[in-house]
Amino acid sequence: MMGTEPPARDLVARAFTRHHLSWVDALPWLAIAAVWLVAGDYVPLGTQVIIMIIFALSLDLAVGYGGIDTLGHAALFGSGAYAAGLYALNVSSEPVTGLLAAGIAGAAVALVTGPLVLRTRGITQVMLTLAVSTVLLEIANAWKPVTGGADGLTGFRIAPVLGAFRFDLAGNTAYWYGAAVLAVTFFLCKGLVNSPFGLTIRGIRENPVRMRLLGVPVRHRLLMLYTISGFFAGWAGGLSAQVTKLVGLDTLEFVLSGNALVMLILGGTGSLYGAIVGATVFVVLSDRAAAINPFHWLFALGIVLILAVRYAPAGLVGLLRFRKVPR
Amino acid sequence: MSAEPPILEVPILEVRGVCKSFGALQVARDVSLALPAGARHALIGPNGAGKTTLVHLITGLLPPSSGAIRIGGRDVTRLAAERRVALGLARTFQISSLFPGLTVAENIGLAVAARTGVEIRPWGSLRRQAQVIDEAASMLEQLGLLALAGRAIASLAYGQRRLVEIALALALKPKILLLDEPAAGVASNDRGMLLDLLLSLPADLAILIIEHDMSLVFRLARRMTVLVDGGILTEGSVADVRADPRVRDVYLGSRHHA
Repeated sequence: MMGTEPPARDLVARAFTRHHLSWVDALPWLAIAAVWLVAGDYVPLGTQVIIMIIFALSLDLAVGYGGIDTLGHAALFGSGAYAAGLYALNVSSEPVTGLLAAGIAGAAVALVTGPLVLRTRGITQVMLTLAVSTVLLEIANAWKPVTGGADGLTGFRIAPVLGAFRFDLAGNTAYWYGAAVLAVTFFLCKGLVNSPFGLTIRGIRENPVRMRLLGVPVRHRLLMLYTISGFFAGWAGGLSAQVTKLVGLDTLEFVLSGNALVMLILGGTGSLYGAIVGATVFVVLSDRAAAINPFHWLFALGIVLILAVRYAPAGLVGLLRFRKVPR
Repeated sequence: MSAEPPILEVPILEVRGVCKSFGALQVARDVSLALPAGARHALIGPNGAGKTTLVHLITGLLPPSSGAIRIGGRDVTRLAAERRVALGLARTFQISSLFPGLTVAENIGLAVAARTGVEIRPWGSLRRQAQVIDEAASMLEQLGLLALAGRAIASLAYGQRRLVEIALALALKPKILLLDEPAAGVASNDRGMLLDLLLSLPADLAILIIEHDMSLVFRLARRMTVLVDGGILTEGSVADVRADPRVRDVYLGSRHHA
């Protein structure tokens, strides 16, 4: 059979995997609306879920798509959180510019520490990311006049969103503000993974040596990815600072980096949806287990993780096969 | 030791006095090669002679201990591998080095995107990059792989992967192509297709081929270099090398010959 031009082109164009918009994409937003409508008491928890989804999406870009091994992603989250707090305290209480400042702070930390972290791979890389976040934690701890040290950064207020929506005690504004930031993050991430650069980073994850021999400066592209990931991690941290009006050392701690990685693995890496599902399950489960048994709640989480690793090694999303991978 | 080849123009690829050792193990000793544009040059020698090491040295995956490598007259000895690609150097790997989780079209598309510079764009869909799609489509059509465009590399037969391996290098539109055992693992009835592909490559492309299949080498190559224990045993036209009794001893006549 002789292939004529248009069918050959279509065939090849369709062979480029991409994130399609489908009914699945409506689910998170339906869930967000449903929680607000029927379970108002859970709105603050929902906001925490949204913040962690944004953070997990940022981690998925670095780990799931780029193959960067990190256990120090909190360094970028925490930098954003402190930046948002300091911005509100010293510059302006306007939330949207504060969020951008948080994103830029996360990106800047990624850009500066990236060359160190991205020189290596595997365990060495894990140790370096851990070292970076530990150093930042110690700086935040020691630099009391600016960061408040162990007491954290408090006493800042956040102006109404767009000058119209006050942050209320019930957390409704925080919830919808977070949902809007999540929507922006998700569609930007989606655009990124569908772009030529998205294919480049998947190629680097699959085979960095061959990428170099296709003429791609692999380390530079990874730095670019890490910086973009840092931006989203930073504004997840900034969002957290703005809705809780508090920035503590825990935003830079190893536990946060570890939890985010667990969320991502639980949900499934390299699909964006995994970050959404994993962060939701993790945060809700932690909250419920802690409410039922405040002393042994980690036990429940541990069991779920063991079951997930045993029965869903590709994550919960892998189990549901949302994402069609041509095989 | 080696006979100097008569070269009339500036060679597109020049390897001069390159040595490489890992500790006490010398894997390349004073290797010199020159390929003019359009060269069809075979590099043969028994297993462990240092052929693949030489390709690593030329592409920049390994730094030489001493000696110089030039592309189009420019010294690239200290240049990063990815920068050498931009000067027109492409290679294939002895053991297929592809992107197993990506589709065939995506593999080729990566190479086209890398060459044209669109690979860095963090917005827009690749599906709307007409040049990437067109080039990938015509490459796949040429190789008879169009029907497999949407299949992941991991699901392909080994012989098909070997074709994609070469397609990836060709999509870079190189001036110099280093082929590291392109026929390795390809079933004998598929080798005809591989040879046809290699014979159809642009006449001005300089090709350095490492290959154990001598019938393929004799069909394709005009000159040959014989490498033994990291050093050049002899170099010359295919007829001269075939007639050289030393070559028969160490290689063609030995038990190493597959």
